Amino acid sequence: MNKLLTMEDLRALRKDALGEMTARQTCDIQVIVGMGTCGIAAGAREVVTELLKELQRRNIKNVSVTKTGCIGMCEREVLLDVVRPNEDRVTYGRVVPRDVSRIVGEHIVNGRVVEGLVVGRIAR
Amino acid sequence: MVFYRGHLLICGGTGCVSSGCKDVIAAFQEELRKRKLDEEIKIVETGCHGFCEKGPLVIVYPEGVMYCRVEVKDVQEIVGEHLMKGRPVSRLFFTEPLSLDKVPKYQEIDFYRKQQRIALRNCGYIDPENFNEYLARGGYAALEKMLSEMTPEEVTHAVKAAGLRGRGGGGFPTGTKWEFCAKAAGAKKYIVCNADEGDPGAFMDRSLLEGDPHNILEGMMIAAYAIGADEGYLYIRAEYPLAIKRIQTAISQAEELGLLGKNILGSNFSLTLKIKEGAGAFVCGEETALIASIEGERGIPRSRPPFPAVKGLFGKPTVINNVETFANVPQIILYGADKFAAVGTERSKGTKVFALTGKLRNTGLVEVPMGITMREIIYEIGGGTFEGKKFKAVQIGGPSGGCLPENKLDLPIDYDSLIQAGAMMGSGGLVVMDDESCIVDVARYFLSFTRSESCGKCTPCREGTMRLLEILERICAGEGVPEDIAKMEKLAYSIKASALCGLGQTAPNPILSTLRHFRHEYEAHINDKKCPAGVCQALFYYRIDDHTCVGCTVCAKICPVGAISGERKQAHQLDMVKCIKCGVCVERCPFHAIVKE
Ligand SMILES: Cc1cc2nc3c(=O)[nH]c(=O)nc-3n(C[C@H](O)[C@H](O)[C@H](O)COP(=O)(O)O)c2cc1C
Ligand code: SF4
Ligand code: SF4
Ligand code: SF4
Ligand code: FES
Ligand code: FES
Repeated sequence: MNKLLTMEDLRALRKDALGEMTARQTCDIQVIVGMGTCGIAAGAREVVTELLKELQRRNIKNVSVTKTGCIGMCEREVLLDVVRPNEDRVTYGRVVPRDVSRIVGEHIVNGRVVEGLVVGRIAR
Repeated sequence: MVFYRGHLLICGGTGCVSSGCKDVIAAFQEELRKRKLDEEIKIVETGCHGFCEKGPLVIVYPEGVMYCRVEVKDVQEIVGEHLMKGRPVSRLFFTEPLSLDKVPKYQEIDFYRKQQRIALRNCGYIDPENFNEYLARGGYAALEKMLSEMTPEEVTHAVKAAGLRGRGGGGFPTGTKWEFCAKAAGAKKYIVCNADEGDPGAFMDRSLLEGDPHNILEGMMIAAYAIGADEGYLYIRAEYPLAIKRIQTAISQAEELGLLGKNILGSNFSLTLKIKEGAGAFVCGEETALIASIEGERGIPRSRPPFPAVKGLFGKPTVINNVETFANVPQIILYGADKFAAVGTERSKGTKVFALTGKLRNTGLVEVPMGITMREIIYEIGGGTFEGKKFKAVQIGGPSGGCLPENKLDLPIDYDSLIQAGAMMGSGGLVVMDDESCIVDVARYFLSFTRSESCGKCTPCREGTMRLLEILERICAGEGVPEDIAKMEKLAYSIKASALCGLGQTAPNPILSTLRHFRHEYEAHINDKKCPAGVCQALFYYRIDDHTCVGCTVCAKICPVGAISGERKQAHQLDMVKCIKCGVCVERCPFHAIVKE
């Protein structure tokens, strides 16, 4: 660690440090990935890895990523849900790592649902 | 920086270490690595959550799901089910003792929900060895604010206005103490943190040091600035190796970053902090004895005045505060005196951490607002006494405190109300007793503690506690005489009035408070030669009930001294001359035929 000399240095370090704690806060936006047997078989792991990378690249900190089990739509796997506060829960299907950046950029950041990939919606 | 989707908080406090968390941590590391989750999920070793009894505790974020008593064999399931598939493992949830509900979320458990965590706010939530986590929780923001916009007088004034009182037992107003020291003559001053924590059963200071060490350092820095000290000590008992290690790590980190040392954050304020390990004598927690011990002398109290604030360590003006007192300070500076003073009672502000133990369902560290009632702590947070057992008393304040009966349960507790009721806040030990605890025996226990911890410097304490203990031992042995009660009272008041230090002055409290609220139990011991709780060995006997005994011979076989005899299928006899009252036969008789009376 470099020696902190000024108050600004301390504030900058605190700002960075906040990012490391995101996973421990209740986040506004939730992304839930289906990780049942067939989800994993269909490549859910790769989607999660890509998602984490994408969030990190964009320095997005108010998103929590969790996993869920089989929801009974196995043939549409990989399933990925996005829940934004006060909006419908949107389920995307047949998601591949390539789609992740669009979902993050359009839906998570700008609130525009990526209609082409939607397989279901639950009104809030 | 790596972005983890989940954090696995595993308690690495002393309580959980002893219930095996180190193996659990290793097993999680191994399992996450095996399943290639180690880049998605981060393991964070935290300090104590205060719920050691249910440890090792594991909390999974972002969901905030808490698992209790996690063993190595549970690790695979938690990783496979919860972390892989998002299906929490409900069998490891906490079970609410009253409703028997399984509660998955940490914040929703009654034990935590009813607490208000200010001093403990980071304990169990952050990795105490990771400086960044403290920083992210607003750490050192108070230091920053203070150095950029407050004068030392303003700091002292804020602490005074907040109404913070010393958490080490006495409840002396902290701001006033700082003001005395700031005004004392001399350029060299010291700041000292009292982490001796000698009360039997107390562990709040240990948890604060282990779980959030930078918070204590920040509190000390603020105090040092307010009084004009540039050097300080943390006096920590050597029996707390983990606390010492964590504080050492925190000091090194702060030094490396320039938060300790010369011209902190570019200001004129400089401070160095050192650790002094104490050998664990109770009397060394007394401030003048503690000073002597840091100076390398024997830890013996001296008379006051002069108070340490005027003439303390190495003869210089010194402020000594308790760990928990310091833990509250950064919050006061950061959020203002009013916010702090909004919690609590008229004359006792803020919260207090108690170590809740004894005969009740949930035990552990609880931080509650001043003014809460004992009933709320015991029944709502502690889950009440065990099935079928009746509450008898709560001992508060350790060896210098007292016992309160059922009719005092609704008393709003603060420094002053407790003293009026004949007890004391002390450092915050709360021991709940049910009808199987003997009040006289409890008084005897505390007296034997203070007697053996008395330093022997002054006669009232050295001889007086000895005499009091002798009388109590006699009463417990069934040899008490009616005059004993008056004799104890007289002796107790004269010790209180004439002992040199707090140890002697408060040593009679356990006797006086029990005589006040439970005199009938003393009388039962003395006049009827009966121990109502069946604890005092000399005052009960065992008898085999001929009607219930079926002659199964179990008891005769297990009695270690051969005190039970009898023919198979015939009622047995128990010879009280031989019996050593070990109680094994009572426990093992399948027909509950052996009675205690
Ligand atoms: C016998 C005896 C033992 C004490 N033990 C402690 C202790 O372990 N920790 C502590 O903080 N204060 C202890 N005190 C109180 C200290 O003397 C002192 O009042 C306290 O550290 C002041 O800090 P505070 O104002 O922040 O409470 C003890 C006092 C006596 C008489
Ligand atoms: S009161 Fe007891 S502990 Fe205190 S100085 Fe006297 S003998 Fe020592
Ligand atoms: S164990 Fe109980 S029932 Fe059996 S012989 Fe002893 S007293 Fe009688
Ligand atoms: S209490 Fe112990 S010593 Fe006494 S009779 Fe029972 S087993 Fe034997
Ligand atoms: S396993 Fe994914 S929907 Fe069935
Ligand atoms: S040490 Fe783990 S909860 Fe106390």
